[in-house]
This record gives sequence, C-alpha cells and structure tokens, in this order.
Amino acid sequence: MIDFVPLWTLILGLGVFFYVLLDGFDLGCGILYGFAPDTASRNLIMNSIAPIWDGNETWLVLGGVGLMAAFPLAFAIIMPAVYFPILVMLLALVFRGVAFEFRFRDAERRTFWDHGFHYGSLVATFAQGIVLGAFIQGFTVEGRHFAGSSFDCFTPFSLLTGLALVCGYALLGAGWLIVKTEGALQAMARRYGRWFFLGTLVSVGIVSIWTPLMDVDIAHRWFLTPNIYFLSPVPVITAVLAVVEWRALNGRSEILPFAAAMGLFAMSYLGIAISLWPMIVPHHFTLWQAASSPDTQAFLLVGTLFLLPVILMYTAWSYWVFRGKVRSDIGYH
Amino acid sequence: MTLDPLLLSRLQFFWVIAFHIILPAFTVGIASYIALLEGIYFASGREIYLRISAFWTRIFAIAFGMGVVSGVVMPFQFGTNWSRFSDATANIISPLLGYEGLTAFFLEAAFLGVLLFGRKLVPRWAHFFAAVMVAGGTLFSSFWILATNSWMQTPAGYTIKDGRFFPADWFAIIFNPSFPYRLAHTVTGFYITTGFVVLAAAAWFLRKQRCVEEARIMLSTTAWLLTMLVPLQIALGDLHGLNTLKYQPAKLAAIEAHWNREAHAPLTLFAIPDMTNETNRYAIEVPELGSLILTHSAGGVVPGLKDYPRDQRAPAIVPFFAFRIMVGLGLVMLGVALLGLWLRIRKRLYDSDWFLRLCTFTGPIGFLAVIAGWTTTEVGRQPWTVYGLMRTADSVTPSLTGLDVAISLAGYMIVYLVMFPSGFILIRSVMRKGMPAEAEKAPVEGGRPSAPVVAPPEAAP
Repeated sequence: MIDFVPLWTLILGLGVFFYVLLDGFDLGCGILYGFAPDTASRNLIMNSIAPIWDGNETWLVLGGVGLMAAFPLAFAIIMPAVYFPILVMLLALVFRGVAFEFRFRDAERRTFWDHGFHYGSLVATFAQGIVLGAFIQGFTVEGRHFAGSSFDCFTPFSLLTGLALVCGYALLGAGWLIVKTEGALQAMARRYGRWFFLGTLVSVGIVSIWTPLMDVDIAHRWFLTPNIYFLSPVPVITAVLAVVEWRALNGRSEILPFAAAMGLFAMSYLGIAISLWPMIVPHHFTLWQAASSPDTQAFLLVGTLFLLPVILMYTAWSYWVFRGKVRSDIGYH
Repeated sequence: MTLDPLLLSRLQFFWVIAFHIILPAFTVGIASYIALLEGIYFASGREIYLRISAFWTRIFAIAFGMGVVSGVVMPFQFGTNWSRFSDATANIISPLLGYEGLTAFFLEAAFLGVLLFGRKLVPRWAHFFAAVMVAGGTLFSSFWILATNSWMQTPAGYTIKDGRFFPADWFAIIFNPSFPYRLAHTVTGFYITTGFVVLAAAAWFLRKQRCVEEARIMLSTTAWLLTMLVPLQIALGDLHGLNTLKYQPAKLAAIEAHWNREAHAPLTLFAIPDMTNETNRYAIEVPELGSLILTHSAGGVVPGLKDYPRDQRAPAIVPFFAFRIMVGLGLVMLGVALLGLWLRIRKRLYDSDWFLRLCTFTGPIGFLAVIAGWTTTEVGRQPWTVYGLMRTADSVTPSLTGLDVAISLAGYMIVYLVMFPSGFILIRSVMRKGMPAEAEKAPVEGGRPSAPVVAPPEAAP
C-alpha cells in the first residue's frame, strides 16, 4: 500500500495555510473596520471583501473536515481540548458573517451590525490564535482521548498567540485594503498597517523566543548542529521580509505590503511546522499514528486531486471578476 | 440537579441543527428557482424574469449567509462534543463530509459572489452559469450530507476493528439502504418548502395589488409545481416508510407507538405512549389500517417496541407526535395544492381572496414539516448514533463536564436567538419592498461594464 500520509500532510497544510491567508485578510479587514472614520469608508471596506468572504471561510470547513478525514485521532483529541476557543470563534463568525447582509438591509440597526462585524472579526481571530497557542503547547491525553479540562487551553502563552494573530490578520487586512482602495482610506490602511506590523513583530518575536524555552524538543530541533545551519534561512528570510514590509508600508507600492505580509505568514507557518514535525498531537501522536486508514485517504484523495485544482481555478476567476479598486457601485450601496 | 454533558450535548446538537436545517430547506429550493428564472431570462430576454430573479436573489443572499455561518458550526460539533463518535466513524464519514466541502461549498461560495454582485461585470451567460453552479452546489451538498446521515441510520459497507469502523465498500457506504429514499424525500421536501414561501409572497403581492404581473407568474408556476410535487412527496414518504420498516423496525415501532408485534395491526391516530408501563394511554385507533398503510397488506406484520430490550427503544412520544405533525401538515399542503388546481380550472386562481389569504397563511408550513420530519427520523433512531452499532451515550466527548456544555449551549441559544429572528424580520422587510420596476440592467455584450472603470486593470491583485 502506498503511504498517503506525506501527501495528505501537504494538502491539509496548504489548505490551512490558504485559510489563514484568505480569511486572514478578510478578518483583518473586519478588525480595521472598527477604526474606519465614516460610513462611506466602512462601506468600501465591506464591499472589498463582500463577494469573496464566503469562499474564504469555506477553507475553514475544509480544514476542519480535512483534519477529521486525514488525521481523525488528532481531530478527536484537539477539538475537545480547544472546546471554548472553537465555540467563541464560531459564535463570533456567526455575527460577522450575517453582518454583511444585515447591516446593509437593516439601516435602523446598522450601528449594532457594524459592531457585530468589527468585534466578531476581532474575537474570532483572537480565538483562532488561542487555538494555535494551545496546539503548540500540547494537550493532556489518555489513550485516544483528551483528558484535561476544557479551560486548560487558556494560558499566558495562548493569549499571546491570540494577540499575535490579531496583529497579523490586521496587517494582512491592511495589505488587502492598500491594494483595493485609494486616497484617504488607503492612507489609513498604511497607517494602521504600520502599527499592526510592529505589534506582529513584537508578539511573534516573543512567541519565537518563548516556544523553544518552553519545549526542549523544539529548542533541539532549531539549535543543535547541523539543524541550525539548515534552518537558519527561516529567521533570516523572515527578517528580510520584515524590512521589506516596513519599507513598503512607508513607501508607495500598492502590492508589496500585501505580498510581504503573506510572505511573513508563510515563514511563521513554516516555522511552526518545523518545530512540531512530525507530530500532529504534540508530544503524543505523529502524523502516521493519527492517520485514517489508507482506504479512507485514498478514496478522498482521488477526488481531491481532481477537485482542488478546479476549485483554485474558479476561485481565481471569481477574484478576477472583482479585480481592481473597489467600486462604490458594485456590492452593497 | 446535576448537569449531564450527554443530555446537554444532545440538546445543543438539536438546537444548532434545527436552526440550520430551515436554511437549506429554503436555499436549496430557491437556488434552483433562481437558476430556472435566470435560464428563462437568458433564453427569452424578458425583463420580468430578471426582476423576479433579482427579488429572490436578494432574499437568497440573506438566507444563504445565515446558512453558511450556522453550517460552519456543524462539522466542529462532531469534534467538540462527539469526539468518540468522530474517532470511531471518521474513517467512513469524513470523506463524505470532505466531498461535500470540495464539490458543494466551494462551488456555492465562488459563484455566489458573481451571482450577487457580478451582474454588471460578467456576460449574461456567465451570470446564468453562476446561478446554475450555485443551485448545483446546494444539491451536491444535500447529496453528501444525506449520504452521511443515511449511513448512520442504515450502516453498510463497513468492517469493525478495535471498536472503530473501517471502509470495506465505498459504493455500499454511500448508496446505503436508506439513502435513495432519504435523499428523494428530503430534497422534494425542500422544494415544496420553497414553493410554499414563493406562493405566500405571490399571494401577498396579489392581495396588495402590487407587482401584479410578477406575482401572477410566481403564483402560477409554483402552484403547478406544488400540484405535482406534493402528491409525489406523499408517495416518496410512503416508500421511505417501507424502507424504515425493513431496516429500522424499532424506529418504526416508536413512530407508531406500537408495542406488540402483530398482523392486522391498528393505526393509532392519537395516544400518549407510556414507556414505563409499555402501553398507550388515551389511544384512538383505527383497526387494520396500521398494517395496511405500513406494509401495504392487511395481514402484514408490524413490529412492536416490546421486540426490543428497554434500553434499545426510542422515547416513542417524540417521534410519534413529530410524525403525526408532519403527516398532518402534508395533508394540509395537499389540500392547498388541490384547491389551487380546482381554482385554476375554474379560472379563479388569481382573484379568489380567500385562497390568496390561505396561501399567505401557509407560507411557513414547509419549514414546520421539515423540522417535524427531521425530529421523527433523528429521535426515532435513538439510542444509536450508528444504528444498532454505536450508542449515543458512547459517542459523547469524555472530557466534557456538564458546566462546559451548559455554557456552550447558552452561547448558541443567545446568538441564534439574536441572529435568526433578525434574519427573519429582515427577509420579511425585503419581501415587502417588492420588485422595483427598473431592475439592474445586464451589461452590454463582452462582459465589461459600459460605465467607466474607476481603476486601471493593472492595479488588480
């Protein structure tokens, strides 16, 4: 039997990464939305993501279901362990998701749904950051079950990763708005982009120092020879991207702030993957131990290899249809 | 009183799915209706179909948004509250859920943007194509999620190792015994639900003498559709019942509150099933009719709850009444459809005030029937999550405390009680605004708008 685990790891890894980038920038737009000065700019921010947010969020479903399909044991242990952050994230996503239509159709309660959109985006992002932090720290496991308390996931470390993700998503959102808007709104995106970039830099920096101090295996992974030589490009490229991002936010390029922010996310993501490999439930189960049966993986793989490129194609087409600066006559107005 | 995480998790699942299911019950049907209208408009170029389509698309957008956010909640429930079920069944059900995401959700999401906002940006055929893709997505979604549900009801094509299910035959897993019947019965139910909503809106406009031309088209086509679909649905329901008798006899016994296995069984019209004393109180029965309806022969043997150990019986009172509510509502729907046909023959369909009033009144009837039917099938299969093989009590997440689930259930209740009524009020107000005479014009051929584009294309991401 062929070993499908590496391929599924790659597919799921890319799926989650797409989610982080795509819903990342539209949740980030939601975070920046709260700082927008007037209704016109709020309309523009919302319209810049209105045609695509739903597709972006679909990657979250694919991430959850993909984890269940490829690594069901991990799904069955991780989900109960992050019971409350997942709950809060889902409820926050409900609020922000319906806000698109409700805010536009229900003028009397527009302010309420404005807050729903902003705080929904903010809280959902923070909750995702807590999930990430709890995942890196690992869980109490007995046999095939999570054996800790539903409140274990709230730690100083996970709160910090929550904060880091809020800053990171807001940075992505700023990058998107710089691409999609002009004039005062674009200037605002640059201004807040700089602040959230600094926030990202500091919080991710602390996380990067804290993680190897917390976990000796991760420290060994990065700092023992010869690993340190192979892995040193990761922090180096990250540092270069950070400089590029800062200069781009202060400069005139409309594409570079978004591109460099995506690059920073890619490097952080890669860093986490390097730290945890080959575990999917840190300290307990490897990808292979948590994998579903080869029959299951093969059955879903056949369709995925055909459908995923098709999905990427028509998703790209829907982005292409709405290319260019946001127009005030397309979308909600 | 101690908080039981199992009971609370079941309540939570009921709460989130009961609210969620009313949205697909409408969006599956209305997406197909929009695709049909867009198709007619594309073929005939008649503006009136564009106006009707634009009207329903506005309503669809609100319902779909609510459907998406309440749907994202669902797969996570398997992990957070039913982790042992996930661990045991993931090898079988997760690819089905995965295919739902891959074939349905992405299709819907990507083309929805174009359907809602792209009329000025893409050529007419592409807009029609987007409508078809969205409708197709909703149907693919129904296919996979009902395959999953049906496998849990009538499991097939599996082997069991170490208390976990492994796939043996994917065709048997997907096309398990109850799936074709459940799929046909559910999707038809969704179409009928939508039909009654459209009928109610059309009748309301006609009574107010607004958008009369559009309302007549809506009323006429939908009344035809319901005249065909409601009798079909009753026949499908009957077939689904025969299937349940064959594969889930204990569920059937609970639905009928039938205690003893017997031929020439009566049909119980009303009763209060008493699970402790194994009997029905205040029963009103019609002799012989039970066997006749359930087995299609007077001498047919109907299973009884006493055939099964006490701990393998569903709480009969819930499926018994839920089923009777569903059937009762079905008969009302049949009445409305037949009245419509009779009035049409007498050429009074559009100007009979009492019929229009009746149609307005029966607008939500399909939703009630869907929830009643869903309750029948889901409570009726208790105490199992995988029928006859895995108990609900063994499916729940072991780490959860009663307090954990009480908090999460409260969260879902509060948020849904804000969101769903808001959405309902919003849909009603959008409906009342009606159809503006001047709908959004389709673009000139070539697909780019005639108005000047604000930004140069090279600024695109």
